[in-house]
Amino acid sequence: MAQKFRSFRVDAIVLKHHDYGEADRLLTIFTRQKGKLTAIAKGVRKVRSKKGGHLEPFTHSNLLLATGRTWFVVTQAEAQDSYPNLTRELEILGFASYLVELVDRFTYEEEENVPIFNLLKNSLARLDEGEFPAQLVVRYFEIRLLDLLGFRPELKNCVVTGNPIQPESQYFSAALGGVVSPQAGKNLQGAVPISMPALKYLRHFQRSSFDQAIVAKPADEIYRELEILMQYYLTYILERGLNTPGFLRRIRRDAGTQAE
Amino acid sequence: MLIPEPVQSLIDAFSRLPGVGPKTASRLTFYLLRGDETLSVELANALAGLKENTGYCQQCWNITTADRTLCEICSHPQRDPAQICVVEEPLDVLALERTGGFQGHYHVLHGALSPIEGVGPEDLKIAELVARLKVGAVKEIIIATNPSMEGDATAMYLQQQLANRGVRVTRLARGLPVGGDLEYADQNTLLRALAGRQEMDQE
Repeated sequence: MAQKFRSFRVDAIVLKHHDYGEADRLLTIFTRQKGKLTAIAKGVRKVRSKKGGHLEPFTHSNLLLATGRTWFVVTQAEAQDSYPNLTRELEILGFASYLVELVDRFTYEEEENVPIFNLLKNSLARLDEGEFPAQLVVRYFEIRLLDLLGFRPELKNCVVTGNPIQPESQYFSAALGGVVSPQAGKNLQGAVPISMPALKYLRHFQRSSFDQAIVAKPADEIYRELEILMQYYLTYILERGLNTPGFLRRIRRDAGTQAE
Repeated sequence: MLIPEPVQSLIDAFSRLPGVGPKTASRLTFYLLRGDETLSVELANALAGLKENTGYCQQCWNITTADRTLCEICSHPQRDPAQICVVEEPLDVLALERTGGFQGHYHVLHGALSPIEGVGPEDLKIAELVARLKVGAVKEIIIATNPSMEGDATAMYLQQQLANRGVRVTRLARGLPVGGDLEYADQNTLLRALAGRQEMDQE
């Protein structure tokens, strides 16, 4: 057995927090060094807590963790970047929550994955900067995350026949993890239609760095199609619904009714 | 069983409470067992009456006694119904009341929006708040949700819902706590404290 250190430093992004006990919070954090961890932050709900402001969800912080009996204990915290714009606009807050929820649902505790850490950190930073469309940041995040998790969808060849995909509208099967040609797809159970432009953007995101991905300027309806398609695929892999998409739909609908 | 059933069942009941482990539960149980009878009777009565004798104020949704539809604050003649302070929990009302600095009415949401946990607007008393605007002569809504991600989400949603209704919507200021130390303040708090700075001769 390797020697267990009493305390150690991590570079962490706070995924979520729960109130616990009198003034404590239980945090789920994603660290560069050890992947996802659960840590308790004592006394952070008090107004004069020194750590509180450095441990809000989405914050990228340097933490000193001590090994406790059940959880790690946060003994020091200093925010590297608190991304203040993520909590200044409701939809952006929803998108940031979505990224964080995906990482939380798809990862297991104490499994190091530096590329996922970097992807999450960069994507939160991009949402915070607001230089690129939030939809683009989120859709790019999804496709890269699937890659890093080993769920990369097949977008070049039909997953039933193996033939190269022709430039026309296709189907997408979550169960088979990729596109299906129209002939094989129309009778395939669970396969959903995907338009050629949507497929082209997915392929583009899949093979590009973010700097290359931003060249794409999908129309609003393509974003909508991609959003629905990815949610279908992600929910299938997770075998459970996500919370944030429902929240996003609700606030968009309510924003519409209030504007009148 | 080493421990008689009535004793064990009380221990089990105690250990379901937050922050009470099996050791504390047995300690409390044996204290009551050995202690004066009036102590356990009073405790039993208080517990029995807790759910039975409390209800929600039909205006602000704060907890109140079961026999009244409006709580003490809502029915107080000296308090100003033109100002409504929106809070997450009943305990927040207590905290604000302790300051003695607010003379308006309250509205208790019973939670805060959380996209990740799936807490949506329908889980909170938001529709009830919007309905209050239609009847009363409300001039200002003061949003006093917590300065956390969930509190921010709730505040922004409320702002969206309350806009264009002829009421002023404000939010509690955010800044440095009394006795705090600049050195330990996070960027977010410092930025807001800086943005919300005030003239020295104001007070």
